[in-house]
Amino acid sequence: MTTELWARLQFAFTVSFHYIFPPLSIGLGLILVIMEGLFIKTGKKMYEVMTKFWVKIFALTFAMGVATGIVMEFEFGTNWAVYSRFVGDIFGSALAAEGIFAFFLESGFLAILLFGWNKVSPRMHFFSTIMVSFGSMLSAVWIVVANSWQQTPAGYHLVTSDGVTRAEITDFREMVFNPSSVERISHVLGGAFLAGAFLVISVSAYYLVKNRHKEIAGSGLKIGLVMALFASLFQLFTGHSSATGVAENQPTKLAAMEAVYDSSAAADLYAFGWVDEENKTVHGLPIPGLLSFLVHGDSKAPIKGLDAFPKDVHPPVQLTFQTYHLMVAIGFALIAIALVSLFLFRGGRVYNAKGWLKLLVVAVLLPQISNQVGWYTAEIGRQPWIVYGMLKTSEAFSKTVTSGHIVFSLVLFAIIYASLFLVFIYLLDKKIKNGPEDETPPADVYSEQRLTV
Amino acid sequence: MEFSFDLNTIWFILIGVLLAVYGVLDGFDLGVGALHLLTKSDEHRRLQINSIGPVWDGNEVWLVTGGGALFAAFPDVYATAFSGFYIPFMLLLFMLIFRAVSIEVRSKHESTRWRNNWDRAFSISSILIAILIGVAIGNVTLGVPIDQNKQFFGNLLSMLNPYSLLIGVTALAIFMMHGAIYLVMKTEGVLQKIAKSWVNNTIIFFVVSYVSATMATLIYIPHMVEPFRAHPEFFALALLNMLAIANIPREISHGREFRAFLSSSAAILSLMALFAIGLFPNFLISSINPAYSLNIYNAASSERTLGIMLTMAAVGIPFVLAYTFGIYRVFRGKVRLDKMSY
Ligand code: HDD
Ligand code: HEM
Ligand code: HEM
Repeated sequence: MTTELWARLQFAFTVSFHYIFPPLSIGLGLILVIMEGLFIKTGKKMYEVMTKFWVKIFALTFAMGVATGIVMEFEFGTNWAVYSRFVGDIFGSALAAEGIFAFFLESGFLAILLFGWNKVSPRMHFFSTIMVSFGSMLSAVWIVVANSWQQTPAGYHLVTSDGVTRAEITDFREMVFNPSSVERISHVLGGAFLAGAFLVISVSAYYLVKNRHKEIAGSGLKIGLVMALFASLFQLFTGHSSATGVAENQPTKLAAMEAVYDSSAAADLYAFGWVDEENKTVHGLPIPGLLSFLVHGDSKAPIKGLDAFPKDVHPPVQLTFQTYHLMVAIGFALIAIALVSLFLFRGGRVYNAKGWLKLLVVAVLLPQISNQVGWYTAEIGRQPWIVYGMLKTSEAFSKTVTSGHIVFSLVLFAIIYASLFLVFIYLLDKKIKNGPEDETPPADVYSEQRLTV
Repeated sequence: MEFSFDLNTIWFILIGVLLAVYGVLDGFDLGVGALHLLTKSDEHRRLQINSIGPVWDGNEVWLVTGGGALFAAFPDVYATAFSGFYIPFMLLLFMLIFRAVSIEVRSKHESTRWRNNWDRAFSISSILIAILIGVAIGNVTLGVPIDQNKQFFGNLLSMLNPYSLLIGVTALAIFMMHGAIYLVMKTEGVLQKIAKSWVNNTIIFFVVSYVSATMATLIYIPHMVEPFRAHPEFFALALLNMLAIANIPREISHGREFRAFLSSSAAILSLMALFAIGLFPNFLISSINPAYSLNIYNAASSERTLGIMLTMAAVGIPFVLAYTFGIYRVFRGKVRLDKMSY
């Protein structure tokens, strides 16, 4: 394998691992605001117990997000030196903005959220929770702005000096509000809310299956489901506008997402399928003309297919197609799950529907998968460009770093991340099994006291 | 956006400030980590970790933001340094991961083995991070073989030269001293007594390594000394640095820990300032040909970006300072353990 491939593999692996945690932190952050808000408003002890329970889980996902995020911050320099020189002027400022505006905010108020229960007033604590949630969304905004710029560059010009070309800012506003950033920020945030909501849904459903913590679980389930319903409908909406944006700005990506090869005819939308790249056809279930309709509002209008572009700028079609279709399928599944569950809530039937509750326990994986494959669609569909239309991925990696170096670090990352993941799952499982404080068995309290004296 | 004075210089200073504040803030929590294994009881260890519990993450953000600002303002330095020092940098990242995770998970499970292992991970990663920071500073001081394409290839062994290792040990020493003083400030009773004895020992450790490092620099690295020959007024800074260090044992013996802490902070800041003055206007000095060195002009972003970034800093930094002071205020005083502690 070439250095380029190793570098891409390492980046994909480390960012995918990082991206397990941010959506959970962002989603749970918002849920904590809701829970603590209910506590402040109603003064009910139940909401306090619930909030404190979820704060502990939030602390865990947040710490994992921080630990794996630092790697990302420096990986552009270590593995993508040519890219870093090319985009530093623009991309760097978004990254720096993330630090100055978002990370300080998050980490500062996080201290109060986690450790400040007895140090500040309840209102101040609530304010800190809001700020942590706001800060985590803000960090998503800046990093997605940076990424969107490399997908749909705007507000820049190219400057060449000493034979080296790079992009420089001409208009900061245009750079930030490049053609895809608003849609993609909304879509990423929606995905994060789903990740958080379904974690709460899953854990609450688990308690109901086990007949534990009934009050807290029922109320948590409701909060999670309402949020899931709104967020999943929001995903459909923002996903659609992302897709029309892709059609306009990144036609090769759109063609790969639906495996459109022929530019002359109206294009179908596949519910699912398998791409035969050799013969340029798809075997599956087509909905005639729907893609044309969604993009142009006219089911007869042709769509620019891959035949309109030279072969060397085609992205990998099969992968883009499959990851995209998996995301969309999950998107519809999540809407259905939220609707059915809320329907079952009427008359409290959901408490006895053990089979359905078990389904909700495992449904926590769906938004996670969807978030991952969504990024895969966006990033693989962008190939062979690292900065769309300007810089190819194959030119962008560090020239002084050898395959051997990257393999060395990649193997270590694999080992370390695998162990981290086990530790994460182990502690998550332990916290969930222990449950919210109110029912902690006395023995446990005793051992905690013993440890503190 | 018009500025009458030079944006490149301002950004050199600002990035220096970000990294120096990182040194002061993460310095003490790295130091606490380096000393961590010296106590044995679970309670003491929990107190140590919780003394930095609410603040270590925020402290690290100074490094993250320094990295982001370097990327934006001097992309060539960011690209050249991190790809050139690839392996050492990866090691640093691994250590940062271990540290973050071990702080978080250490007390989440009541098994002695679990806790001991994470304690080790926490302490060893803190020690290695401190040394690696020093080694990086040492190599930057020495210069690296940058070629005409603004690239160099550095391997781990060439980085671990005697001079850089000496700087690495010095960095570890100053952070341990700084951390010990912080612990005296945050603890009481038996643990405070123990921490006080650490302060005395680490001061000796630091002074010895610092004097050797200074002599080595004066003898072997003439280019770091030139700016001081040209501008003798900078010697005031060196003097200030020595006074700050000398002041620490005095304050500690009078029981004024906070002032001792301010003194060791001043010592770290002035050392960083001396380093920056020695380097200016370069970031990375080429050992092949001085013309290939990366300096604040040939490695910089466009004027416009530097200007935009300055506006962002002007808007953002007051908030950052407000949170930082706010958090340290809320968590001032001696550390106590409660249900939500690590
Ligand atoms: C949609 C959101 C999102 C995305 C796409 C990314 N991150 Fe992230 N990142 C976050 C959302 C986030 C977050 C929610 O702000 C953190 C804080 C806690 C957490 O779990 O994730 C986080 C933590 C975090 C940290 C640690 C901050 C601290 O010390 O407090 C760094 C340095 C980065 N990230 C950097 C990156 C880089 C360079 C990325 C791109 C390759 C990236 N993140 C993708
Ligand atoms: C967090 C969610 C993300 C995921 C899961 C993700 C996924 C991926 C994957 C799978 C690749 C490899 C593509 C390939 O090799 O074909 C990749 C590449 C890349 N992505 Fe992302 N990405 C994410 C976010 C980001 C963000 C936020 C940025 C920039 C701000 C970014 C910048 C890049 C770069 C520079 C590459 C390397 C070049 C390449 O191989 O395309 N990614 N990403
Ligand atoms: C319901 C129908 C959905 C549609 C039509 C849709 C559409 C899209 C499109 C077109 C993209 C590519 C955007 C680009 O490359 O710029 C995308 C990306 C993405 N999707 Fe979806 N999506 C849907 C559901 C979901 C769900 C349910 C989730 C997560 C729970 C999700 C998470 C993501 C993520 C994280 C990305 C990558 C970031 C981005 O490029 O915006 N999507 N989606």
